[in-house]
Order: sequence, then C-alpha cells, then structure tokens
Amino acid sequence: MQSVPTIGVLAIQGGVREHLHALELSGARGTLVKTRMQLDEVAALIIPGGESSTMDKLARTFGLMEPLREARAGGLPMFGSCAGMIMLADRISGAIADQESIGGLDITVERNAFGGQTHSFETGIVIKGIRDPEQEFEGVFIRAPWVITAGESTDVIAEISSGPHEGRIVGVRSDTLMATSFHPELTADPRVHELFVEMVRNS
Amino acid sequence: MSSEISTGTSRVKRGMAEMLKGGVIMDVVNVEQAKIAEDAGAVAVMALERVPADIRAEGGVSRMSDPDMIDAIRAAVSIPVMAKVRIGHFAEAQILESLGVDYIDESEVLSPADYANHIDKWKFTVPFVCGATNLGEALRRLTEGAAMIRSKGEAGTGDVSNAVTHMRKIRSEVLRLSSMAPDELFVAAKELQAPYDLVAEVARTGSLPTVLFTAGGIATPADAALMMQLGADGVFVGSGIFKSGNPAERANAVVQATMHYDNPDVIAKVSRGLGEAMVGINVADIPVHHRLEDRGW
Repeated sequence: MQSVPTIGVLAIQGGVREHLHALELSGARGTLVKTRMQLDEVAALIIPGGESSTMDKLARTFGLMEPLREARAGGLPMFGSCAGMIMLADRISGAIADQESIGGLDITVERNAFGGQTHSFETGIVIKGIRDPEQEFEGVFIRAPWVITAGESTDVIAEISSGPHEGRIVGVRSDTLMATSFHPELTADPRVHELFVEMVRNS
Repeated sequence: MSSEISTGTSRVKRGMAEMLKGGVIMDVVNVEQAKIAEDAGAVAVMALERVPADIRAEGGVSRMSDPDMIDAIRAAVSIPVMAKVRIGHFAEAQILESLGVDYIDESEVLSPADYANHIDKWKFTVPFVCGATNLGEALRRLTEGAAMIRSKGEAGTGDVSNAVTHMRKIRSEVLRLSSMAPDELFVAAKELQAPYDLVAEVARTGSLPTVLFTAGGIATPADAALMMQLGADGVFVGSGIFKSGNPAERANAVVQATMHYDNPDVIAKVSRGLGEAMVGINVADIPVHHRLEDRGW
C-alpha cells in the first residue's frame, strides 16, 4: 500500500481548485495553504498558476515569503505551474519593480514569454520522467513563461517540439523542485501530478 | 493532440479566467492608475476612458477607449489588460483584438450598439467576459462564446446591493437545477431561455462551466469579502478605488480582503484608516431607465 501524502496548494490566488482536483486523481490528498501554520502541516506544496506579481506581493504582505523560503531550503518538495514556475525561479526576467520569488530552481525565467493572451496556445509536449513518456501530454500555455537558462543542477524535462518556439524550455526539475510553463491541472491527464507525488514519496 | 500549435481554444480562453480566480480586476483610466493597481496586487486591469461613476454623471454615448490609451497602459504593466466594447459592437472587438488586449468585456456600462444581438464571440481568438443578472442570461452569453461571466451590479454607484441580488440569484438557480430530476430539465431550459445541453451540464456539475466573478458597486474591503463569501470567484472593482480618497491604500486593502475573504480579523485590519469611500448613489434613487444592469438580453 502506497502512502497518501498531504500536499498543500498555495491559495493566495489562481488555479487552486484545479490542482486540488488533480492531486485527488494522483494518489495524494490536497489541502489549502494560506497561512504559515497550514504550511507547517503539509508534506509538499504546489504553487498554482495565476499572477506571479500578485502572489509575491501578498505572500510578503502576510509574512508567508520567508517561511516559504525556509521550507524550500529545508527540502519541502514544491511544484509550480506557470506563475508557480516564476515563484520557484532564482531569476526573473520581465519582473515588475521589486518583484521577488521563493527561488530554489537555478533557472532564469521570462514572464509572458510567448506574448499576451491572443498568443496563448495548446500543443502536445513530450515530458521526461512521467508514466508513458512517449505519449504526448496536452500542454496548455496561458500567457506562459519560458526558461531562458537552466543551471547544471537542473534537469530539463520538457521543450516545445515544433513551431516558432521550437526548443524553448518549458519544464524543469531538481531533486525536490519541479516547474512547468504549462498547466497540467487544466487537463484530465494526471501524469505530471503523479510524478510530483512520486517525488514527494521519495523525499 | 499533436505538436501543432492551437490558439484561441475554449480551454485556453476559460483557463485564462481560471488563473484570475481569487483576484481583483481594477478599472483604470491612465498609466498612473494602472501602475497603482499592479503595485497593489491586482490580477488584471480594465482600461477605459471613464469609470462608470463618471459615465453616469456625464451621460452621453459611451464607447470603446482610444487605442493610444490602451496601448500606453499595455506598455506600462505586465499583468493582463482588459478593455470594454459596447454590446453587439463586433467592430470595436476586432480593434481590441488587433491591439492585443488580453480579455474583452462586452459591457453594459458602455452604450449598447445592438439592442437585439450580442457579439458572436466564437469568431475571436481573444476571450470575452460578459455580465449576467441571472443564470439564463449567463448561459446565453456562454452560448455566444463568452469564456468568463461576471454578475452585473449597478456599476458606478458604490451600492453593492444589486451585485448581491444577482450573485444570489445565479447561485440559487444553479442549485435549483442541480436538484431537479432529469426529465424536468427540458422545461427548465425553456424557462431559462438557454440551450438544453448547457442546462444539463450545469445540473450535472452543480456549477457554471466558467469562472463567475462579481462586479458593480463594490467599494470597500468588506464588500469584496461579502461577494466572495456569496460564491464569487473574484472581484471587478470599477469606480470604487479611484473615486475614493486614498486609491493606493484602498486598492491594497481590497486585494488583501479578497484573498482572506473568510477571515474577519484580516478584513477588520485592512478596513482601518482608508479615508473616504466613493460617495455613492443608492440604486433605488436611480430612475429605472438609467440603470445599466438592464442592458443586455
């Protein structure tokens, strides 16, 4: 019998509900994290899509940013999609003045890299490490960031495979951290969340 | 699914609105206000020439904003920029799409261009948000291709009562559908004047298939908390912020109250010392034919 870890979803703003649902499909229990106390009770954390500038601002206003950084430094597994990727990046290009992140992934991300909403798109993505990796994943990109550079400690797990943005890095992971430019929580395919739950079980 | 690139899909349009949940979208009329909104943690701004309170005070025909003004705001902020078109005015929508705005609000706050038809929103790559006073109206807008619904309040008043009425109405109609027997849904569709398939989907899932924000008359952090507790996914604030005494403080407070809408200690704290709220007009004092919420059909 596999363990059922309790995984928090940072509930400042954004696609919280969808991640909770995806966790249910992936052998974990999802719970909201809005406060430091709630953060202390989870085995891992998902940072959802939304507006990274809003999440940063409110995380600092309510004294959550330092506890988030401490938890990450202490090895708490974290997965960020879209804005969540920006929150986990060490360096942000196109940030608003004074914008901060939790950091931890040795990457530089470009905010809104593909352009505005009329450039948001779907495309099939091959992701390393998920179940049935040869089977494409439905990549949903909404005003999405991409990774400009990834350090040596960071594995690239997904790239755009065709079109004008071919070769752009849209998925990365390290030992305890994972981030995607796209929104696996907006699909019915649980494989990315399953990979994260596996990372949590192994941590 | 293939490795081809598809833009303007329903999932991308509705998904964009999902990412705004729990956030505040603020009306702004210039770059300075847009920056204040972004700094306060707004998830998007609505660029328009006059906020509803001024449209109401000044009267006349109210139209899409000048493209120069929209471009200036798009250049000044990194959060999504929305803009309004008149109901049925698809040429204004074509212009906004060509400018590259992130969302179009087909809005009753502007003067309607078509008193029979709304825009065929399926034709556009850019997503649309539309207002609704009841479930039937919301479902008709979704049928036309809207990817996000906001309840209508009475914009430009600072009176939250109509926003409450419409949010409660939509929520209770959804609940009613979800408790009905399958063979009653055909008549329900007829009564709601909405397609059966959408009515059956709402009945099965117990919710709208898109995000439902609130709008119209929200002026205080407590108003935002009230609407969130009534089931709004997020908040549009029009005149309430920049018609108040201290816009930056109030913008911060409304954003914080929207995140912690179920925590009265936080709402109490952020409600202190905000200065004058917008003056406000009681909806009951507005002649019926001057009410904006009745526009749209």
